[in-house]
Amino acid sequence: MSLIFDIKRYAINDGPGIRITLFFKGCPLSCVWCHNPEGISPDKEKLYTRKKCIGCKMCVKSCPQQALTLMADGVVTDKSRCVLCGKCEEVCPTKAMEISGHEYPINYYVEQIEKEIPFMDKSGGGVTFCGGEPLMHHEFLLQLLERCGSIGVHRAVDTTLYARPEIVMQVRNSCELFLVDLKSMDSDIHKKYTGVPNELILSNLRNIAESGADFIIRIPLIVGVNADEDNIRKSAEFLSSLPWQRRTVELLKYHDIGKNKHEKLGTQYNPQGYSFSAPDDEFLRRCADIFEAKEIRVKF
Amino acid sequence: MNIEKTSNEQHVPVSERVVRLRKQSFEAEPSLDIERALIETAFYKENEGKYPIPILRAMNFMEICRKKSIYIGDDELIVGERGSKPKAVSTFPELTCHSVDDLNVLNTRELQRYTISREDIDTYAREVIPYWKGRTQRERIFNHVPQEWKKAYEAGMFTEFMEQRAAGHTALDGKVYRYGLLDLKKIIEDKIANLDFLNNPDATDKQEELQAMSISCDAAILFAERHADLAEKMAETATPERAIELKQIAQICRFVPAHAPRTFWEAIQMYWFVHLGTITELNGWDSMNPGHLDQHLAPFYYKDVADGILTRDKAKELMSCFFIKVNNQPAPPKVGITAKESGTYNDFMNLNIGGVKSDGSNGVNEVSYIMLETIEELHLLQPGTSIHISVCTPDRFLNEGCKVIRQGYGYPSIFNPDVYVQELVRQGKSLTDAREGGCSGCIEVGAFGKEAYILTGYLNVPKILEVTLHNGIDPVSKQKVGIETGDPRNFKSFDELYDAFLKQLHYLVDLKVRVNNYIDRMFAKYAPATFLSLWIDDCIAKGRDYYNAGPRYNTNYIQCTGLGTITDSLCSLKKHVFEDKTYTMDEMIKACDTNFENAEPMRQFILNRTPFFGNDDSYADAVAVKVYDDLYDAIEGKPNTRGGVFHLNMLSTTCHVYFGKVMEATPNGRLAGRAISDGTSPSHGADTHGPSAVVKSLGKLDQVKSGGTLLNQRFMPSLLKKDDDVAKLSQLVRTYFALGGHHIQFNVVGTETLLEAQKCPEEYRDLLVRVAGYSDYFNDMNLDLQTDVIMRTEQESF
Repeated sequence: MSLIFDIKRYAINDGPGIRITLFFKGCPLSCVWCHNPEGISPDKEKLYTRKKCIGCKMCVKSCPQQALTLMADGVVTDKSRCVLCGKCEEVCPTKAMEISGHEYPINYYVEQIEKEIPFMDKSGGGVTFCGGEPLMHHEFLLQLLERCGSIGVHRAVDTTLYARPEIVMQVRNSCELFLVDLKSMDSDIHKKYTGVPNELILSNLRNIAESGADFIIRIPLIVGVNADEDNIRKSAEFLSSLPWQRRTVELLKYHDIGKNKHEKLGTQYNPQGYSFSAPDDEFLRRCADIFEAKEIRVKF
Repeated sequence: MNIEKTSNEQHVPVSERVVRLRKQSFEAEPSLDIERALIETAFYKENEGKYPIPILRAMNFMEICRKKSIYIGDDELIVGERGSKPKAVSTFPELTCHSVDDLNVLNTRELQRYTISREDIDTYAREVIPYWKGRTQRERIFNHVPQEWKKAYEAGMFTEFMEQRAAGHTALDGKVYRYGLLDLKKIIEDKIANLDFLNNPDATDKQEELQAMSISCDAAILFAERHADLAEKMAETATPERAIELKQIAQICRFVPAHAPRTFWEAIQMYWFVHLGTITELNGWDSMNPGHLDQHLAPFYYKDVADGILTRDKAKELMSCFFIKVNNQPAPPKVGITAKESGTYNDFMNLNIGGVKSDGSNGVNEVSYIMLETIEELHLLQPGTSIHISVCTPDRFLNEGCKVIRQGYGYPSIFNPDVYVQELVRQGKSLTDAREGGCSGCIEVGAFGKEAYILTGYLNVPKILEVTLHNGIDPVSKQKVGIETGDPRNFKSFDELYDAFLKQLHYLVDLKVRVNNYIDRMFAKYAPATFLSLWIDDCIAKGRDYYNAGPRYNTNYIQCTGLGTITDSLCSLKKHVFEDKTYTMDEMIKACDTNFENAEPMRQFILNRTPFFGNDDSYADAVAVKVYDDLYDAIEGKPNTRGGVFHLNMLSTTCHVYFGKVMEATPNGRLAGRAISDGTSPSHGADTHGPSAVVKSLGKLDQVKSGGTLLNQRFMPSLLKKDDDVAKLSQLVRTYFALGGHHIQFNVVGTETLLEAQKCPEEYRDLLVRVAGYSDYFNDMNLDLQTDVIMRTEQESF
């Protein structure tokens, strides 16, 4: 089962030009700061937006499992009873109740992508598969990539590269561009905040680079995790050792937009209570200097 | 450095002079100037009935040019005001004579206030008001209109543009820079000499009209000469530096408009005198418009620079002075329903920048870039500006334009010549005339310098459905404003409902057209525009007035408002009542009648479970296309009285707010009194799939069939931070235009800023936002309109 939890049009931050981005559900990493936490679990999940709820009780009345109760601060789901049947989503007038993760036939997704083609044509854009981790769904992903390739749509895959090397290489042969997040060069720190070490990621990155694949590196900068000059210097060294035409790094400042999503999921953001913050512009400048010294272009 | 910068720096005006003039213009309070009315009333008292009306009108214009006070401000390079000082607005009692109450309201109302002294009000009451009683154009019209029209008008089914302002909506072509008034006088004399009084029954009428035109030439020359006299006089006591400028001004005013201009400076002053002439003669809607000013000025610019008499900065300074002159002319004060639907100081000049030349090639030149910089440096309320982007327009120009848009002043808007040239050709213009045309006012198209394209008023399309749902009765006023098309509760199918809607639509359009044709005649008879007629082909050649079929092309537009609201309402009825049967027709009508009281879940269900226009959704878009095509069928081709026909236009300006006020809740879940959707934009909040989906939906309308559509989009500043983002905005525009879009405009202001501006208006005095086809100061907008702007879907997280 390959679930997709969102489709965004006029996506202007997921690669070149105007794009459409499809979000796969499920990720082998669980970054503490993840701003799409509903993308972590590969299963359907329920999202509840308190702000939209008007307390009409339609969901409570219609739930076949009697899993829902209207409390003072909104509808509460008894997760032990809920079977994610989607009845509440269907009856909720305000879309306060939503099931995250839907499964449509491949043609549906191709149709959605086709809608954005006029914009791709004018802007040099395309489709970006993102997540979660699209490589977790490599079979479906490869089918989609092939369909998109057959209609001439530029394909980008936004990935952690935390996947079996042969899968990475298969995808590499079916897309034009990778967007790769580089979180930390220190494997222990990587494991601490994302749940997995970084060796596999770095070796996959080297593999695709050596195979001549095109990729953009994106670094989320989080003070307290990776926004230090040492890490940036190591990242720059590693990246400059790769054979790489594009030589472009995008620096993304940390923000805590994930909080809002956790609220909807009924889960807690940053339960360990790490202190994260965004680096200042001065730090971004210094990062830029470090990368530039290695002849790597930086975008903010 | 290889870093992409966030270049959001503010620009400053080109010179200290411009800084001072801008400040003076920005801070001047709009006031009423009774001088014109006094001169005119005295003249009419003495002369009405003694002369044929065209000649009377021309002599009246001459009298004003001879007697009105002349103003030349410190620092000014371009001279001339309609009133006796900046932002002093004349009244036009021959069209609408303001009562003492009107004047008091104008003097004290909180928004769009026009100050006037007690003394002036007394003088007006004594000298002006008594004479015009029963003689005004407005009274002629309202005494004539049938009862059914009055009821529909008062219920807000439609508005009427010409009940207190003259028909206008035109723009000028390059003739202004090729002919002086003395040249035109010669042409007129020849024309009169060749009239065939024996065989042509119209010869006498033509002679009168032509004589009147000739008098108008003399009047404008006299007006300019008086500026020269004053400048020379002022030079006697001025500083040596200023004295040199004043003498130059005097020389220029003695040369233009009598002769065709020779330099960049003269060319701008020439246009300005023509502009002042037309807005002094009458108060036509949308003031006046130089059209493709950059293209007209380019030959002067390049020649002067080559001759060494002009620098780029000097050109920009003159351009800035011109912009400030335009800003000095607020719209004439409106009253009644017209004030409700058009509450703004903006008088809708819309400078066309870029676009195509008459041979179809790229029209962008250095003056275009100078104008873009001027917009950014001055960011004043007026003039409105637009960039015109054809496939042959360079990306650099579009990107520079988008960077100005990013500043968030609401300027410039963006038009597509490749589509509007087709619109004009489809209406019957020659290809060359079409390419010399463009957009004036908000988004309406015309053949500049050759057409009277008269906007007649807005049609409240969603209210036609409201009346259909009540079998011809307006549920708000309880008046019968439509026809009986049956109780919708008995309709078996959506088609049956839709047919009833169409019957009401045709009835109301016909009612409106009938009265418009009467009004057309009233203007032809009583208010000929003999000065304006000089500049519009073929008025001189035909010996006929601008209002009397003189122009080469004679168009009337009806502007249909609320495509989003009507589409979404029809979709809601189609899906929930006829297809899914979630609600009965009775439930739906009751919910609208009771403003969804105790039916919030129903309203929310509709809002969240109905295919709405603006999402690239084939279900909703098909309904929109159908409605649009049917509006076209109802309006297109109905004859007007000037040898032309009516065409469809899809504009709302601010009328969607007024129209919403007079409506109860609608089947799309919109609450009573809330604004309906503007232009062809999606309903507020209905477009949830981002701007690309919006323009795809809009692209499905065959926009060539209209005389203009309007798409408003609000963008978060954060979506335009990087130059890369601006390039993508440009590409969004290019795509929309490739899909057949006529116009798009962006408001780049965050909701937080707008809410803050509502709280602390003083700190946001110069916050300009895009309203409809124009920008306005946020502070000058009433609460409803402010709310409307805030509620426009903000394209953010994409």
